[in-house]
Amino acid sequence: MGIDWESIEMAIPLLAVGAMTTLKISSLAMVIGGIGGIVLGLVSLSHWRAGRWFVRGYVDFVRGTPLLIQIFLVFFGLPVLGLRLGEFWAGTLALSFNCAGYVAEVVRGTVGSVEKGQTEAARSIGMTHGQILVYILLPQSLRPMIPALTNDLVTLVKNSSLLSVISVYELTRSGQAIIAARFVPFEIFALLAIYYYVIVSALTYASRLVERRLPSW
Amino acid sequence: MVSGSKPLLTVEGLSKSFGDRQILKSISFTVMDGETFVLIGPSGSGKTTVLRCLNRLEVPDAGDIRLGDEPVGYRLVAESHTREALSEAALARQQRQFGFVFQRFNLFPHLTALDNVAVGPHRVLGLSKAQALERAATELERVRLGAHLAKRPSQLSGGQQQRVAIARALAMRPRLILFDEPTSALDPELVHEVLDVMRALAAEGMTMIVVTHEMSFARQVANRVMVMADGLVVEEGPPERIFGEPRDARTRQFLTHVLNR
Ligand SMILES: Nc1ncnc2c1ncn2[C@@H]1O[C@H](COP(=O)(O)OP(=O)(O)OP(=O)(O)O)[C@@H](O)[C@H]1O
Ligand SMILES: [Mg+2]
Repeated sequence: MGIDWESIEMAIPLLAVGAMTTLKISSLAMVIGGIGGIVLGLVSLSHWRAGRWFVRGYVDFVRGTPLLIQIFLVFFGLPVLGLRLGEFWAGTLALSFNCAGYVAEVVRGTVGSVEKGQTEAARSIGMTHGQILVYILLPQSLRPMIPALTNDLVTLVKNSSLLSVISVYELTRSGQAIIAARFVPFEIFALLAIYYYVIVSALTYASRLVERRLPSW
Repeated sequence: MVSGSKPLLTVEGLSKSFGDRQILKSISFTVMDGETFVLIGPSGSGKTTVLRCLNRLEVPDAGDIRLGDEPVGYRLVAESHTREALSEAALARQQRQFGFVFQRFNLFPHLTALDNVAVGPHRVLGLSKAQALERAATELERVRLGAHLAKRPSQLSGGQQQRVAIARALAMRPRLILFDEPTSALDPELVHEVLDVMRALAAEGMTMIVVTHEMSFARQVANRVMVMADGLVVEEGPPERIFGEPRDARTRQFLTHVLNR
Protein backbone atom coordinates (compact mmCIF):
# COMPACT_ATOMS: atom_id res chain seq x y z
CA MET A 1 0.00 0.00 0.00
CA GLY A 2 1.44 3.39 1.00
CA ILE A 3 0.82 6.74 -0.60
CA ASP A 4 -0.08 6.82 -4.28
CA TRP A 5 2.29 9.57 -5.40
CA GLU A 6 1.46 9.12 -9.04
CA SER A 7 -2.22 9.91 -8.45
CA ILE A 8 -1.21 12.92 -6.41
CA GLU A 9 0.94 14.24 -9.20
CA MET A 10 -1.90 13.76 -11.64
CA ALA A 11 -4.48 15.32 -9.29
CA ILE A 12 -2.64 18.56 -8.53
CA PRO A 13 -3.36 20.31 -11.88
CA LEU A 14 -6.87 18.85 -12.08
CA LEU A 15 -7.70 20.17 -8.63
CA ALA A 16 -6.24 23.53 -9.60
CA VAL A 17 -8.99 23.83 -12.19
CA GLY A 18 -11.60 23.14 -9.50
CA ALA A 19 -9.86 25.60 -7.21
CA MET A 20 -10.27 28.31 -9.85
CA THR A 21 -14.01 27.71 -9.84
CA THR A 22 -14.05 27.84 -6.05
CA LEU A 23 -12.20 31.15 -6.15
CA LYS A 24 -14.51 32.54 -8.82
CA ILE A 25 -17.68 31.56 -6.98
CA SER A 26 -16.35 32.72 -3.62
CA SER A 27 -15.27 36.11 -4.96
CA LEU A 28 -18.57 36.67 -6.71
CA ALA A 29 -20.49 35.65 -3.60
CA MET A 30 -18.29 37.93 -1.47
CA VAL A 31 -19.08 40.91 -3.69
CA ILE A 32 -22.79 40.21 -4.08
CA GLY A 33 -23.26 39.02 -0.50
CA GLY A 34 -21.05 41.80 0.84
CA ILE A 35 -22.94 44.60 -0.90
CA GLY A 36 -26.26 42.94 -0.15
CA GLY A 37 -25.25 42.52 3.48
CA ILE A 38 -24.23 46.17 3.84
CA VAL A 39 -27.55 47.28 2.37
CA LEU A 40 -29.50 44.89 4.60
CA GLY A 41 -27.47 45.96 7.63
CA LEU A 42 -28.19 49.64 6.97
CA VAL A 43 -31.88 48.91 6.41
CA SER A 44 -31.95 47.13 9.78
CA LEU A 45 -30.69 50.36 11.39
CA SER A 46 -33.01 52.62 9.40
CA HIS A 47 -36.31 54.14 10.45
CA TRP A 48 -38.11 52.10 7.80
CA ARG A 49 -40.13 49.69 9.87
CA ALA A 50 -41.18 47.24 7.14
CA GLY A 51 -37.58 47.08 5.97
CA ARG A 52 -36.33 46.32 9.47
CA TRP A 53 -38.86 43.51 9.82
CA PHE A 54 -37.82 42.07 6.49
CA VAL A 55 -34.13 42.03 7.46
CA ARG A 56 -34.93 40.47 10.83
CA GLY A 57 -36.80 37.65 9.07
CA TYR A 58 -34.09 37.25 6.47
CA VAL A 59 -31.30 36.98 9.03
CA ASP A 60 -33.33 34.62 11.20
CA PHE A 61 -33.93 32.37 8.23
CA VAL A 62 -30.28 32.35 7.13
CA ARG A 63 -29.06 31.59 10.61
CA GLY A 64 -31.84 29.19 11.50
CA THR A 65 -31.62 26.78 8.56
CA PRO A 66 -28.76 24.61 7.27
CA LEU A 67 -26.80 26.02 4.36
CA LEU A 68 -27.25 22.73 2.53
CA ILE A 69 -31.03 23.23 2.58
CA GLN A 70 -30.62 26.85 1.45
CA ILE A 71 -28.53 25.66 -1.50
CA PHE A 72 -31.18 23.16 -2.54
CA LEU A 73 -33.92 25.75 -2.08
CA VAL A 74 -32.17 28.17 -4.42
CA PHE A 75 -31.18 25.46 -6.90
CA PHE A 76 -34.67 24.01 -7.16
CA GLY A 77 -36.48 27.27 -6.42
CA LEU A 78 -35.04 29.37 -9.23
CA PRO A 79 -36.56 27.16 -11.97
CA VAL A 80 -39.91 27.37 -10.17
CA LEU A 81 -39.62 31.14 -10.52
CA GLY A 82 -38.85 30.64 -14.20
CA LEU A 83 -35.10 31.34 -13.89
CA ARG A 84 -32.78 28.80 -15.49
CA LEU A 85 -29.35 29.89 -14.45
CA GLY A 86 -27.35 26.67 -14.33
CA GLU A 87 -25.59 25.29 -11.28
CA PHE A 88 -22.72 27.80 -11.27
CA TRP A 89 -24.96 30.83 -10.85
CA ALA A 90 -27.45 29.00 -8.66
CA GLY A 91 -24.57 28.09 -6.36
CA THR A 92 -23.16 31.62 -6.42
CA LEU A 93 -26.55 33.09 -5.55
CA ALA A 94 -27.13 30.58 -2.75
CA LEU A 95 -23.80 31.48 -1.14
CA SER A 96 -24.42 35.21 -1.66
CA PHE A 97 -27.84 34.89 -0.07
CA ASN A 98 -26.34 33.15 2.93
CA CYS A 99 -23.34 35.47 3.23
CA ALA A 100 -25.52 38.61 3.07
CA GLY A 101 -27.34 37.53 6.21
CA TYR A 102 -24.16 37.23 8.22
CA VAL A 103 -22.64 40.43 6.81
CA ALA A 104 -25.88 42.27 7.68
CA GLU A 105 -25.42 41.26 11.31
CA VAL A 106 -21.81 42.47 11.33
CA VAL A 107 -22.80 45.80 9.76
CA ARG A 108 -25.66 46.27 12.19
CA GLY A 109 -23.39 45.59 15.15
CA THR A 110 -20.51 47.81 14.07
CA VAL A 111 -22.39 50.74 12.54
CA GLY A 112 -24.84 50.68 15.43
CA SER A 113 -22.08 51.00 18.00
CA VAL A 114 -20.39 54.15 16.68
CA GLU A 115 -20.28 56.65 19.52
CA LYS A 116 -23.57 58.51 20.00
CA GLY A 117 -21.96 61.97 19.71
CA GLN A 118 -21.40 61.35 15.99
CA THR A 119 -25.11 60.92 15.34
CA GLU A 120 -25.93 63.96 17.47
CA ALA A 121 -23.42 66.15 15.66
CA ALA A 122 -24.79 65.03 12.30
CA ARG A 123 -28.36 65.66 13.43
CA SER A 124 -27.44 69.12 14.60
CA ILE A 125 -26.42 70.05 11.06
CA GLY A 126 -29.76 68.75 9.85
CA MET A 127 -28.77 65.41 8.36
CA THR A 128 -31.52 62.85 8.07
CA HIS A 129 -31.12 59.42 9.62
CA GLY A 130 -30.37 57.84 6.25
CA GLN A 131 -27.66 60.40 5.47
CA ILE A 132 -26.12 59.86 8.88
CA LEU A 133 -25.92 56.10 8.31
CA VAL A 134 -24.33 56.40 4.88
CA TYR A 135 -22.04 59.42 5.21
CA ILE A 136 -21.09 59.43 8.88
CA LEU A 137 -21.47 56.05 10.55
CA LEU A 138 -20.72 53.54 7.79
CA PRO A 139 -17.34 55.01 6.74
CA GLN A 140 -16.16 55.02 10.34
CA SER A 141 -17.18 51.39 10.75
CA LEU A 142 -15.32 49.91 7.82
CA ARG A 143 -12.09 49.21 9.63
CA PRO A 144 -13.58 47.86 12.85
CA MET A 145 -15.76 45.60 10.70
CA ILE A 146 -12.90 43.83 9.00
CA PRO A 147 -12.04 41.09 11.52
CA ALA A 148 -15.64 39.91 11.81
CA LEU A 149 -16.14 40.19 8.04
CA THR A 150 -13.03 38.12 7.44
CA ASN A 151 -14.47 35.36 9.60
CA ASP A 152 -17.62 35.35 7.52
CA LEU A 153 -15.68 35.30 4.25
CA VAL A 154 -13.48 32.43 5.43
CA THR A 155 -16.63 30.53 6.32
CA LEU A 156 -18.00 31.35 2.90
CA VAL A 157 -14.97 29.83 1.14
CA LYS A 158 -15.17 26.67 3.22
CA ASN A 159 -18.93 26.44 2.75
CA SER A 160 -18.54 26.63 -1.01
CA SER A 161 -17.53 22.95 -0.85
CA LEU A 162 -21.20 22.18 -0.18
CA LEU A 163 -21.97 23.28 -3.73
CA SER A 164 -20.61 19.91 -4.83
CA VAL A 165 -24.08 18.55 -4.01
CA ILE A 166 -25.61 20.48 -6.89
CA SER A 167 -22.78 19.39 -9.20
CA VAL A 168 -20.90 22.64 -9.33
CA TYR A 169 -17.48 21.55 -10.50
CA GLU A 170 -15.61 23.36 -7.74
CA LEU A 171 -12.68 22.13 -5.69
CA THR A 172 -14.41 19.44 -3.62
CA ARG A 173 -16.44 18.16 -6.54
CA SER A 174 -13.37 17.88 -8.77
CA GLY A 175 -11.67 15.91 -5.99
CA GLN A 176 -14.64 13.56 -5.72
CA ALA A 177 -14.45 12.92 -9.44
CA ILE A 178 -10.81 11.85 -9.16
CA ILE A 179 -11.61 9.62 -6.19
CA ALA A 180 -14.37 7.94 -8.15
CA ALA A 181 -12.02 7.24 -11.06
CA ARG A 182 -8.91 6.08 -9.17
CA PHE A 183 -10.08 5.34 -5.63
CA VAL A 184 -7.41 7.29 -3.75
CA PRO A 185 -9.65 9.02 -1.16
CA PHE A 186 -7.00 9.75 1.47
CA GLU A 187 -4.55 11.35 -0.94
CA ILE A 188 -7.23 13.48 -2.59
CA PHE A 189 -8.89 14.65 0.62
CA ALA A 190 -5.48 15.55 1.98
CA LEU A 191 -4.80 17.58 -1.15
CA LEU A 192 -8.22 19.24 -0.85
CA ALA A 193 -7.43 20.21 2.72
CA ILE A 194 -4.16 21.79 1.57
CA TYR A 195 -5.87 23.68 -1.26
CA TYR A 196 -8.57 25.09 1.05
CA TYR A 197 -6.00 25.93 3.66
CA VAL A 198 -3.92 27.91 1.19
CA ILE A 199 -6.94 29.81 -0.13
CA VAL A 200 -8.17 30.65 3.36
CA SER A 201 -4.68 31.70 4.50
CA ALA A 202 -4.30 33.98 1.50
CA LEU A 203 -7.69 35.53 2.26
CA THR A 204 -6.80 36.09 5.91
CA TYR A 205 -3.48 37.63 4.93
CA ALA A 206 -5.12 39.93 2.40
CA SER A 207 -7.67 41.08 4.93
CA ARG A 208 -4.89 42.00 7.38
CA LEU A 209 -3.25 44.06 4.67
CA VAL A 210 -6.51 45.85 3.94
CA GLU A 211 -7.14 46.44 7.62
CA ARG A 212 -3.69 47.91 8.08
CA ARG A 213 -4.12 50.18 5.08
CA LEU A 214 -7.45 51.55 6.20
CA PRO A 215 -7.00 54.56 8.48
CA SER A 216 -7.92 54.03 12.10
CA TRP A 217 -8.46 57.72 12.96
CA MET B 1 -30.61 93.38 26.20
CA VAL B 2 -29.55 94.26 22.69
CA SER B 3 -31.28 97.55 22.05
CA GLY B 4 -33.99 97.70 19.44
CA SER B 5 -33.92 94.00 18.67
CA LYS B 6 -36.84 91.62 18.71
CA PRO B 7 -37.20 88.17 20.26
CA LEU B 8 -35.64 85.37 18.23
CA LEU B 9 -36.27 82.46 20.56
CA THR B 10 -39.11 82.16 23.02
CA VAL B 11 -39.27 79.28 25.47
CA GLU B 12 -42.29 78.82 27.70
CA GLY B 13 -42.90 76.16 30.30
CA LEU B 14 -40.24 73.80 29.05
CA SER B 15 -40.34 70.56 31.05
CA LYS B 16 -38.42 67.34 30.74
CA SER B 17 -38.15 64.20 32.84
CA PHE B 18 -35.87 61.22 32.58
CA GLY B 19 -37.69 58.27 34.09
CA ASP B 20 -39.47 59.63 37.14
CA ARG B 21 -36.91 62.41 37.76
CA GLN B 22 -38.02 65.80 36.54
CA ILE B 23 -34.90 67.54 35.22
CA LEU B 24 -36.50 70.68 33.79
CA LYS B 25 -39.37 72.16 35.77
CA SER B 26 -41.19 74.56 33.49
CA ILE B 27 -38.38 76.77 32.22
CA SER B 28 -39.20 80.03 30.43
CA PHE B 29 -36.94 82.57 28.81
CA THR B 30 -36.56 84.71 25.72
CA VAL B 31 -33.46 85.32 23.65
CA MET B 32 -33.29 88.46 21.54
CA ASP B 33 -31.96 88.59 18.02
CA GLY B 34 -28.21 89.20 18.09
CA GLU B 35 -27.89 88.58 21.79
CA THR B 36 -25.32 86.54 23.69
CA PHE B 37 -27.28 84.70 26.34
CA VAL B 38 -25.20 82.93 28.95
CA LEU B 39 -26.58 80.06 31.01
CA ILE B 40 -24.85 79.22 34.29
CA GLY B 41 -25.61 77.03 37.26
CA PRO B 42 -24.32 74.11 39.29
CA SER B 43 -23.61 70.74 37.76
CA GLY B 44 -26.77 68.74 37.18
CA SER B 45 -29.03 71.79 37.17
CA GLY B 46 -30.25 70.99 33.65
CA LYS B 47 -28.30 73.41 31.43
CA THR B 48 -27.29 70.80 28.86
CA THR B 49 -30.80 69.42 28.81
CA VAL B 50 -32.20 72.88 27.97
CA LEU B 51 -29.88 73.17 24.96
CA ARG B 52 -30.64 69.61 23.83
CA CYS B 53 -34.39 70.25 24.02
CA LEU B 54 -33.99 73.36 21.87
CA ASN B 55 -32.64 71.50 18.88
CA ARG B 56 -34.54 68.31 19.57
CA LEU B 57 -31.72 66.05 20.57
CA GLU B 58 -34.15 65.49 23.43
CA VAL B 59 -37.89 65.66 22.98
CA PRO B 60 -39.42 67.95 25.63
CA ASP B 61 -42.34 66.59 27.64
CA ALA B 62 -44.12 69.94 27.65
CA GLY B 63 -43.63 73.55 26.76
CA ASP B 64 -43.57 75.84 23.80
CA ILE B 65 -40.47 76.73 21.83
CA ARG B 66 -40.74 79.30 19.07
CA LEU B 67 -38.01 80.35 16.73
CA GLY B 68 -39.08 83.66 15.25
CA ASP B 69 -42.72 83.02 14.39
CA GLU B 70 -42.27 79.33 13.88
CA PRO B 71 -43.17 76.73 16.53
CA VAL B 72 -40.40 74.18 17.00
CA GLY B 73 -41.25 70.46 16.81
CA TYR B 74 -44.82 70.75 15.61
CA ARG B 75 -47.03 72.56 13.14
CA LEU B 76 -50.21 74.42 13.95
CA VAL B 77 -53.10 73.31 11.76
CA ALA B 78 -54.84 76.58 10.94
CA GLU B 79 -58.43 75.30 10.60
CA SER B 80 -58.63 73.20 13.73
CA HIS B 81 -56.01 74.97 15.88
CA THR B 82 -54.51 71.57 16.69
CA ARG B 83 -50.87 70.58 16.71
CA GLU B 84 -49.47 68.17 14.23
CA ALA B 85 -46.12 66.46 14.67
CA LEU B 86 -43.51 67.30 12.04
CA SER B 87 -42.11 64.79 9.61
CA GLU B 88 -38.52 63.66 10.08
CA ALA B 89 -37.43 65.88 7.18
CA ALA B 90 -39.22 68.93 8.56
CA LEU B 91 -37.68 68.32 11.97
CA ALA B 92 -34.25 68.06 10.38
CA ARG B 93 -34.90 71.40 8.63
CA GLN B 94 -35.67 72.99 11.99
CA GLN B 95 -32.75 71.34 13.70
CA ARG B 96 -30.28 73.00 11.39
CA GLN B 97 -31.56 76.46 12.33
CA PHE B 98 -29.82 75.79 15.64
CA GLY B 99 -26.08 75.34 15.42
CA PHE B 100 -24.75 73.16 18.21
CA VAL B 101 -21.22 73.18 19.60
CA PHE B 102 -20.56 70.21 21.85
CA GLN B 103 -18.35 70.01 24.89
CA ARG B 104 -16.35 67.21 23.28
CA PHE B 105 -16.35 68.69 19.74
CA ASN B 106 -17.87 65.58 18.10
CA LEU B 107 -16.06 66.17 14.83
CA PHE B 108 -16.32 63.45 12.20
CA PRO B 109 -12.98 61.64 12.56
CA HIS B 110 -12.94 60.22 9.04
CA LEU B 111 -13.21 63.63 7.37
CA THR B 112 -10.68 66.43 7.03
CA ALA B 113 -11.35 69.77 8.70
CA LEU B 114 -12.53 71.09 5.34
CA ASP B 115 -14.89 68.16 4.74
CA ASN B 116 -16.21 68.30 8.30
CA VAL B 117 -17.43 71.79 7.53
CA ALA B 118 -18.44 71.15 3.90
CA VAL B 119 -20.46 67.97 4.42
CA GLY B 120 -23.51 69.80 5.80
CA PRO B 121 -23.76 72.49 3.10
CA HIS B 122 -23.23 69.84 0.42
CA ARG B 123 -25.44 67.00 1.66
CA VAL B 124 -28.05 68.98 3.57
CA LEU B 125 -28.28 72.38 1.91
CA GLY B 126 -27.67 70.94 -1.54
CA LEU B 127 -24.75 73.18 -2.49
CA SER B 128 -22.51 71.79 -5.20
CA LYS B 129 -19.34 70.15 -3.98
CA ALA B 130 -17.27 73.11 -5.17
CA GLN B 131 -19.53 75.70 -3.53
CA ALA B 132 -19.62 73.73 -0.30
CA LEU B 133 -15.83 73.47 -0.18
CA GLU B 134 -15.53 77.18 -0.86
CA ARG B 135 -17.94 78.03 1.92
CA ALA B 136 -16.11 75.64 4.26
CA ALA B 137 -12.77 77.23 3.49
CA THR B 138 -14.22 80.68 4.19
CA GLU B 139 -15.67 79.59 7.53
CA LEU B 140 -12.41 77.93 8.54
CA GLU B 141 -10.53 81.13 7.69
CA ARG B 142 -13.00 82.96 9.88
CA VAL B 143 -12.03 80.80 12.87
CA ARG B 144 -8.38 81.24 11.85
CA LEU B 145 -7.77 77.69 10.69
CA GLY B 146 -6.99 78.50 7.06
CA ALA B 147 -3.69 76.67 7.39
CA HIS B 148 -5.21 73.38 8.56
CA LEU B 149 -7.89 72.62 5.99
CA ALA B 150 -6.55 69.20 5.01
CA LYS B 151 -5.93 67.89 8.52
CA ARG B 152 -8.07 65.29 10.22
CA PRO B 153 -9.43 65.94 13.70
CA SER B 154 -6.86 63.58 15.25
CA GLN B 155 -4.11 65.83 13.88
CA LEU B 156 -5.53 68.96 15.50
CA SER B 157 -5.31 70.29 19.06
CA GLY B 158 -8.45 70.48 21.17
CA GLY B 159 -8.73 74.22 20.62
CA GLN B 160 -8.39 73.78 16.87
CA GLN B 161 -10.96 70.98 16.87
CA GLN B 162 -13.45 73.11 18.73
CA ARG B 163 -12.93 75.92 16.23
CA VAL B 164 -13.59 73.49 13.37
CA ALA B 165 -16.79 72.55 15.19
CA ILE B 166 -17.77 76.22 15.34
CA ALA B 167 -17.03 76.61 11.62
CA ARG B 168 -19.13 73.50 10.94
CA ALA B 169 -22.05 75.12 12.74
CA LEU B 170 -21.55 78.48 11.02
CA ALA B 171 -21.45 76.94 7.55
CA MET B 172 -25.09 75.90 7.95
CA ARG B 173 -26.04 79.59 8.39
CA PRO B 174 -27.98 78.88 11.59
CA ARG B 175 -30.20 81.50 13.15
CA LEU B 176 -28.53 80.93 16.50
CA ILE B 177 -25.78 78.78 17.92
CA LEU B 178 -25.98 76.76 21.13
CA PHE B 179 -22.68 76.22 22.95
CA ASP B 180 -22.51 73.53 25.65
CA GLU B 181 -19.42 74.23 27.76
CA PRO B 182 -17.30 74.68 24.63
CA THR B 183 -14.05 75.13 26.55
CA SER B 184 -14.39 72.76 29.47
CA ALA B 185 -12.71 69.83 27.68
CA LEU B 186 -9.71 71.98 26.70
CA ASP B 187 -6.30 72.39 28.24
CA PRO B 188 -6.27 75.77 30.02
CA GLU B 189 -3.82 77.34 27.56
CA LEU B 190 -6.18 76.57 24.63
CA VAL B 191 -9.29 78.10 26.16
CA HIS B 192 -8.64 81.64 25.01
CA GLU B 193 -8.42 80.82 21.28
CA VAL B 194 -11.97 79.41 21.36
CA LEU B 195 -13.31 82.24 23.50
CA ASP B 196 -11.72 84.77 21.13
CA VAL B 197 -13.64 83.26 18.21
CA MET B 198 -16.85 83.38 20.22
CA ARG B 199 -16.19 87.00 21.18
CA ALA B 200 -15.77 87.87 17.52
CA LEU B 201 -19.04 86.12 16.66
CA ALA B 202 -20.84 88.02 19.40
CA ALA B 203 -19.43 91.28 18.04
CA GLU B 204 -20.70 90.38 14.57
CA GLY B 205 -24.19 90.00 16.00
CA MET B 206 -24.54 86.21 15.96
CA THR B 207 -27.21 85.08 18.40
CA MET B 208 -25.71 82.65 20.88
CA ILE B 209 -26.79 80.69 23.93
CA VAL B 210 -23.70 79.74 25.86
CA VAL B 211 -23.46 77.33 28.78
CA THR B 212 -20.12 78.02 30.43
CA HIS B 213 -18.15 78.08 33.62
CA GLU B 214 -15.92 80.86 32.22
CA MET B 215 -17.19 83.65 34.42
CA SER B 216 -14.94 86.34 33.00
CA PHE B 217 -16.25 85.54 29.51
CA ALA B 218 -19.82 85.74 30.80
CA ARG B 219 -19.12 89.05 32.49
CA GLN B 220 -17.52 90.62 29.42
CA VAL B 221 -19.52 89.18 26.54
CA ALA B 222 -22.99 88.26 27.80
CA ASN B 223 -25.88 90.59 27.17
CA ARG B 224 -27.87 88.62 29.72
CA VAL B 225 -27.12 85.83 32.15
CA MET B 226 -29.61 83.22 33.33
CA VAL B 227 -28.90 81.21 36.46
CA MET B 228 -30.37 77.72 36.80
CA ALA B 229 -30.48 75.42 39.79
CA ASP B 230 -32.25 72.12 40.18
CA GLY B 231 -34.23 72.39 36.95
CA LEU B 232 -35.51 75.89 37.67
CA VAL B 233 -34.61 79.41 36.58
CA VAL B 234 -33.25 81.10 39.68
CA GLU B 235 -32.74 84.54 38.25
CA GLU B 236 -31.91 86.34 35.06
CA GLY B 237 -30.48 89.70 34.18
CA PRO B 238 -27.57 91.70 32.78
CA PRO B 239 -24.17 90.34 33.86
CA GLU B 240 -23.32 93.41 35.95
CA ARG B 241 -26.33 92.76 38.11
CA ILE B 242 -26.06 88.96 38.31
CA PHE B 243 -22.40 89.12 39.26
CA GLY B 244 -22.51 92.45 41.12
CA GLU B 245 -25.64 92.05 43.22
CA PRO B 246 -27.08 88.54 42.93
CA ARG B 247 -30.51 88.40 44.53
CA ASP B 248 -30.96 84.72 45.08
CA ALA B 249 -29.07 82.77 47.71
CA ARG B 250 -28.42 79.93 45.26
CA THR B 251 -26.81 82.34 42.80
CA ARG B 252 -24.55 83.71 45.52
CA GLN B 253 -23.61 80.21 46.61
CA PHE B 254 -22.86 79.12 43.05
CA LEU B 255 -20.81 82.22 42.27
CA THR B 256 -18.78 81.88 45.46
CA HIS B 257 -18.13 78.31 44.51
CA VAL B 258 -16.94 78.90 40.91
CA LEU B 259 -15.06 82.12 41.58
CA ASN B 260 -13.02 80.56 44.38
CA ARG B 261 -12.01 77.50 42.38
N1 LIG C 1 -30.34 60.90 28.95
C1 LIG C 1 -30.46 61.01 30.29
N2 LIG C 1 -31.00 60.03 31.01
C2 LIG C 1 -31.14 60.13 32.36
N3 LIG C 1 -30.75 61.19 33.06
C3 LIG C 1 -30.19 62.22 32.41
C4 LIG C 1 -30.01 62.18 30.98
N4 LIG C 1 -29.43 63.33 30.59
C5 LIG C 1 -29.26 64.05 31.72
N5 LIG C 1 -29.72 63.40 32.81
C6 LIG C 1 -29.71 63.90 34.19
O1 LIG C 1 -30.32 65.17 34.21
C7 LIG C 1 -29.67 66.02 35.14
C8 LIG C 1 -29.32 67.33 34.47
O2 LIG C 1 -28.35 67.07 33.49
P1 LIG C 1 -27.70 68.18 32.59
O3 LIG C 1 -26.65 67.47 31.81
O4 LIG C 1 -28.74 68.91 31.86
O5 LIG C 1 -27.04 69.13 33.68
P2 LIG C 1 -25.98 70.28 33.47
O6 LIG C 1 -26.54 71.47 34.14
O7 LIG C 1 -25.63 70.41 32.04
O8 LIG C 1 -24.74 69.74 34.30
P3 LIG C 1 -23.17 69.87 34.02
O9 LIG C 1 -22.74 71.23 34.49
O10 LIG C 1 -22.59 68.79 34.88
O11 LIG C 1 -22.95 69.65 32.57
C9 LIG C 1 -28.47 65.27 35.66
O12 LIG C 1 -28.79 64.79 36.95
C10 LIG C 1 -28.32 64.13 34.72
O13 LIG C 1 -27.84 63.00 35.39
MG1 LIG D 1 -23.88 70.00 30.93
